[in-house]
Formats: sequence, C-alpha cells, structure tokens
Amino acid sequence: MTHRSVLLPLVAAVVAACGAPQQGSLVTGDAAQRTYVPPGQHDELYAFMSGGFSGNVTVYGLPSGRLLKTVPVFSQFPENGYGYAEETKAMLETSYGFVPWDDTHHPQLSQTGGNADGRWLFINANNTPRIARLDLTTFETDEILEIPHAAGGHASPFVTPNSEYVVSAIRFSLPVPNKDVPIDTYKQSFKGSISFVKANEPGKMDIAFQILMPGYNYDLGRAGKGASEGWFFFTTYNSEQAYTKLELNASKNDKDVIAAVNWKRAEQCVADGKAKSVPSKYRHNHMDAATRTATSELRTSVKMLLPADCEGMLYFLPTPKSPHGVDVDPTGEYIVGGGKLASVIPVHSFSKMLKAIEAKAFDGELEGIPVLKYDAVLAGEVDKPGLGPLHTEFDGKGYAYTSMFISSEIVKWKLGTWEVVDRMPVYYSIGHLMIPGGDNVTPYGKYVVAMNKITKDRYLPTGGELTQSAQLIDITGDKMEMLLDFPTQGEPHYAQALPATLIKDKQVKFFSLADSKHPWVVRAESEAGVERRGKTVHVKMVAIRSHFAPDVIEGIEVGDTVLWHVTNVEQDWDILHGFAVLGMNNAEIILQPGETRTLKWVPQQAGVFPFYCTDFCSALHQEMQGYVRVGERGAGQALSARTSERAKTQQARAPKYAAPAAPAAHDHGHAKGEK
Amino acid sequence: MLTPRARLLVAVAALVGLLALRLPLWEVRLGAPQYPEGLGLRIFAHTVAGIKPNDLQNINGLNHYIGMKAIEPDAIPELRFMPWILGLLVATGVLVAARGSRRLLAGWLVAFALLGAVGLWDFWRWEHDYGHNLDMDQAIIVVPGMTYQPPLIGSKQLLNFTATAWPGAGAMALGISFLVAAGVLVASRPRREA
Repeated sequence: MTHRSVLLPLVAAVVAACGAPQQGSLVTGDAAQRTYVPPGQHDELYAFMSGGFSGNVTVYGLPSGRLLKTVPVFSQFPENGYGYAEETKAMLETSYGFVPWDDTHHPQLSQTGGNADGRWLFINANNTPRIARLDLTTFETDEILEIPHAAGGHASPFVTPNSEYVVSAIRFSLPVPNKDVPIDTYKQSFKGSISFVKANEPGKMDIAFQILMPGYNYDLGRAGKGASEGWFFFTTYNSEQAYTKLELNASKNDKDVIAAVNWKRAEQCVADGKAKSVPSKYRHNHMDAATRTATSELRTSVKMLLPADCEGMLYFLPTPKSPHGVDVDPTGEYIVGGGKLASVIPVHSFSKMLKAIEAKAFDGELEGIPVLKYDAVLAGEVDKPGLGPLHTEFDGKGYAYTSMFISSEIVKWKLGTWEVVDRMPVYYSIGHLMIPGGDNVTPYGKYVVAMNKITKDRYLPTGGELTQSAQLIDITGDKMEMLLDFPTQGEPHYAQALPATLIKDKQVKFFSLADSKHPWVVRAESEAGVERRGKTVHVKMVAIRSHFAPDVIEGIEVGDTVLWHVTNVEQDWDILHGFAVLGMNNAEIILQPGETRTLKWVPQQAGVFPFYCTDFCSALHQEMQGYVRVGERGAGQALSARTSERAKTQQARAPKYAAPAAPAAHDHGHAKGEK
Repeated sequence: MLTPRARLLVAVAALVGLLALRLPLWEVRLGAPQYPEGLGLRIFAHTVAGIKPNDLQNINGLNHYIGMKAIEPDAIPELRFMPWILGLLVATGVLVAARGSRRLLAGWLVAFALLGAVGLWDFWRWEHDYGHNLDMDQAIIVVPGMTYQPPLIGSKQLLNFTATAWPGAGAMALGISFLVAAGVLVASRPRREA
C-alpha cells in the first residue's frame, strides 16, 4: 500500500470540511506560471505603492509581487540616512519645523497626453500636507512642496493630462488663515481649500493658486481628460459641516457633492488679477542635482481665488451619500462617484454637465456655488453593485472595476449599460484598486491589483499586527482570475504602475565625481584630511574598496562637533559603501557611487571609537574600518589624520579627474588645525 | 612595374591603414559573475581606454587586490610614437604606389610584417609585465604560483574573471591593408610565356 492512496481521501475530506471549494474555484490552475518570473528575469511592470503610515513609497515588480525598493519620502529612514545625513535634513523641513514622519496616500505618475510618461512620481503627505516629486531615474525624492492653509492633504496629488498641475484638496477644513477660534464657530470660520501646484518643471514646484472652498471635507479628485480636459473633479463629504461625531453627523444628508472645477477658467481669472495675495507660510524643499544637497526655502504668500470672483469656475454635482472616490473614464465623458454609503454607483456625464450649465439647470446653490440638478447631469447608475463602493479604474475596453469595501469584492461593470458583468471576492476589505494605466487615456490593462486593509487568516500570523496585502487579478478575459497574494508594507492606499520598459534603461548608475559640486567632495585620497574650525572638526574622507582614507584620526575632544564628509569615489554601478561610528546618536549613511554625504557626530565621552563600512562592499569589507580618538576637553592632542600605508600606495591608482571647481582644500591633509 | 590599376590598389590599401589611427587595435574584455555587464579595455595606437567610461579606473581598482600595477596610458611610451610609425607606414605605402615598383612593394610588405610582429611582441611583453611583475607586499589576494597575464588572443580564466582578447577594428584594417597589397604583389608577378 502506498502512502498516497491513504492520504488522498483524507485531503479531500479536509477540503470539504473547510468549505475551501470557494478558493479552489477562484484561483486558476496555471496562476503560478503566470506570475512566476524566473531567476534573473525582470518583471513586466513597476508598481509604485504608497507606504501609508510608513511615509514611504514601495516599489514592486508585477506580476511577481516582489518588493524591489523602499523610497523614503516624508519619513526619516535610518536604513540609508535620509533625514539624518546633513544633506537630506532640509527635505523634511516644514513651516511647523522639522517633521520626521508623515502618511503617504496616493502615488501619481506624471503624464503626457493623458498617459504615464515615466518621468516622475508624485505623492502626497496627508498629515502635514505636502506633495513630493520622485525622480524615476534615481528613485529618490527630489522635491517637496508644503501646502499652506491645509490639513489632511488627502485629495492629492492627482495630475492634469500633461502634468501642468498636481492638486491638493484638504480633508480637514480650517480657519483661513489658521487662528485661535472656538471650534463651535465651524460654520462661520472654517474653510476648505483646493491648491493647484505647478508641477511640470523639476525644482520649481509652487502653488499656482488656491481656491477657497466651503468648509466641507474634500476627499479625492481626478483630472478631466479627453473631452473633459481642462476640468478637475473632487468629492466632498460632510456638507453637514459637522465638527464632532462625524461618523453620524456627517452622514445625514442624502446627497453630498462632487465639485467640478474648470481649471482653465481659474487660470484665466488668476491671469486677470482676480486672485488675492494672502499671507501664508509654507516651505519648498529641493535636492540640488550637482551638490546632492537639499535646501529649504520659506514662502510667504499664495494667490487665492474666491469662487464668487471667478464665475464659471466651480459647480457642484449632487452625489449620493458621502462619496469617496471620483474617477474619470478614459474618454473623459464619465465621472464615476464612489458613494461609500450609497446603494448605487452614480455616473455623471460630462457632456450633460456642460448642457446643464448652459441651461442653468440649477438646484439652488451652496455658499454661492451653483448646484446642478442630479437628473440633469446623471448618465446612469450601477444598480446593486455591492456594499461600500470606493474607487473605480478602467481597462480601456469599455469596462470599469470598482472596489467594494464592505462587501469585500471587486465589481466589473460596463460603461454605458451600467450592468454588472463579474465579481471577484478579495481578502479582506479592499480600499483602492489599481489597473496599470487605469487612470490614463490609454490604459495598459491586463491586471487589477486589490489593496486590502485586513488580512486576518491569509498569511502566517505575526502577533497582533498583521501584514496588509495586495492581490493580483488577471482581467484579460471576460472573467477576472485571481493570480497572487503578496504582502505590502505600511498601508498601501493607492498604487500606480507602468511598463518597465518606460524607465528601466534610464537609471542613473552612479553619480559622476567629476561633475560633483558638493563643497566637501574628495575625488582622490590626496585631497582627504581633517580640518578644525573652532569647535567643529571637518573630516574629508574617501571610501573606496576596501578602506577609508583617513582611517586613523586623533585630536578630537569632547564638546567638538565632528562632521564626517564621506565620499564614495567608486564610479561603478551597485558598489555602495556605508559609514557609522560607535555610539553615535544618529543613523548610518549609505553612499551611492560618486556621492558625498555628511554625518554629524557629537562625541559625549573620551575614548577610542571605531568606525566601519556598513554596506558589504567587497571581499575585504570586514577590513574596511578605522579608529577615531577622543580626548577630554582641553586634552591638547594635535588634530591629525593618517591614511594607511596600503591606502597611500593606492593614491597612485586614484583616477585623474579634470576636476571642475575643485575646492581649494588640498592643504588640510595632516596634523593641521590646532586651536 | 605595376599596372596603373595595381598602383591604385596599393595606394588604397595603404590609406586603409589610416583607420588604425582611430579604431581600436585590440580589445580585452573581462567578465565575472558580479560583472554581468562586463568590463573591458580598448588599446588604440595612441592610448588605452575603457569600453565603458569608467572601465579603466574600475579595472585598476580591482587589480590592486592582486598587486598589479595600475594601467596608466600616459606612462606607456609606445603610445606616443606608435601613431607616427603607422603614419610613416601609410605614407611609404602611398609612395610605393606612386613609384609603382614591385621590388619596393615587396620591401614595404616585409617592413609592414616586421612592424606587426614587433607590435604584437611588445603588446605581449606589456601583458607579461602586468601579469607577472606584481607587488606582493601590496597584494591583498595572494594565490601561490598564480600570475595574471591576459591572453594575447582567445580566452583565459584569471581568478573570478574570464579575460578574452581579440583584435579590434583597427587591427582588422591593417590586416586588410596588408592582404590587399600582398595580393597585388602576387598577382603582378611576371608570367612565363607558354
């Protein structure tokens, strides 16, 4: 008797007992093959997921679901020193001071002609509202703009079809300008705002204009495209203007509204001088490409448009029950509301909206803003779609896919007939869903990714806090096919994806030492050394396989501030070095090839402190170390720096660079700089 | 005497040799598990350069582990006078064509062949020097008995690297130049009356 014949009936019995047939029928037989990317081969797509409360962006390959990188954006990242290294600290400056954390929600790829173009990824900070730009040749955060008069930068950073603007509409209304008022004066004192941020020039993000809105909660937005290019749509809830117990008090009205903003009209009003300059405080932080050093600039004014001063700029479309998502189909004609408490999915028609505006088919106004008649703008309703519709993406073949939070499923329905054609259960409580290019004029399609808030029993349990997860579903056929579950970091609210071919050959492999304008760059070991300026000691240090130069430093005293300026002089892809000192109250720095980073160290006690390379760089990585000696205050040891004999002989090998703007710093090599 | 057509061919053959002033004479490529994209050197008449912008620097960086001298084009005297020798070869070839003498052509071909042989020997000598003349005090990786002379032509395993050497387009041009001129010499031999 073989074991198999005993086991088979047993397995069958267990499967039957668990009610697992549900799963068996969902996962297609060759799913493993369709998501398997063999060793050494590349994924078809890059997916950029928000890290939610991690403040990062995570980059995954699809269809494998493999995590490729975590890009720090709004949170300090000790893993590579972002927000700790002196060059990067300015990125996290705000008008509230240094903010070490935030909550990222919506990755948004830059677009040309309504399609993702692979230049940049934008992402919003929800808590202290900001928008960041990531460069997709370096996968680094290059620029962060704070949004003034804002709290809860949630409806952000959706982009116009040619990346003219990214937007930020706010979830929490505030007194504008913010001041100390009784909170029960909400209805009189609190206002919302929608910011249009100039986005199409790296390093030059700025608030083009803000629109002062009624004091509702603004939730999500999408730009019009195709037919509706020039318009922007935002959902609002809490038209009740409750400021306490919102879960009840903001859910009373039968309908809230979608705000339709004619941004071309707004541009015109700004150009005509109809915007007011309003004193503000917000910061613009930018990483300079040549110095690879961030600077932060305080800005003190924004142009603010009042809807009353710009007729034709703003209309409200009544939409059932606290709508969450608002999504525009690839043609630009249909505007889909996700009424999270509604029993239907309402779809507005852009062409009907224009006619209704023309015919002044108004149903009154809210704070002076015309409200269009529901029936005059409605294209149709998807009836009984499921419970808790949130977000909709499109496959470019005439179908829409809507996430259902409460009934935990994706519902596929047909544009125009509004009939539900397929359902796919997801595990569990889906928030956003993402089709590659699902917000584009020409969606890439092929997959939909469900981003689930709750996983319960889906993975090996890990205590009380479980992973959140994504599920990859094939949408090439009539029926959706479940392919893969994979865990995600933080809380991935939304994601966007693009074909890898758009960006994979444009990656910066190393930073050119010859082009570096960092004030403390050292291009050769002969330029390395130490220098005292009062109680600050600058160490100019080379990192190269497999040593630091200098690697023996003496003459530091307790009370000194030591600034380690370490340059990785390698000019080869993927040859990184790291740096850390015993007992330092700081994170390490990781140095990409050709990069200079500065780590601040304030030794608190006398002694000898080793430092070492923290990124396994070479066969002699374990030898890549050094010592720094710290005396008591006034010990009087001369400041000196030594380079090992081996390192000295390597100076002959040091590359000869025609170094433009080489700092005139060759003279502080050795034993210089006594007080 | 050579026919006008044969003289034209010799002149053209000589001038083809000019390509060797700009195109690489030899290529040495290095591959290793950690270098899927490869590293490589191109030896020109006037310099040695990496195939990718930083290859020379990166190869020197790796070679320091085995105590090998850095390859510094400025320190190789041959690279200063080789272009002049090639230029002289081309100029004399054109002169031979102008004179149209078979004997001169034969002499030019002999000089050409000798220069080629000396050039290859000199290249081998440099490779031998780099591969054997190691600074063992500074070598970090010491494999007893191991030397690191790259091949003149073909492939050779040097620790984790496979080194492959092959003539470059410049050497090909010189080869074509030589063969065409030699073909003219052979074709123009005096024929006995039948």
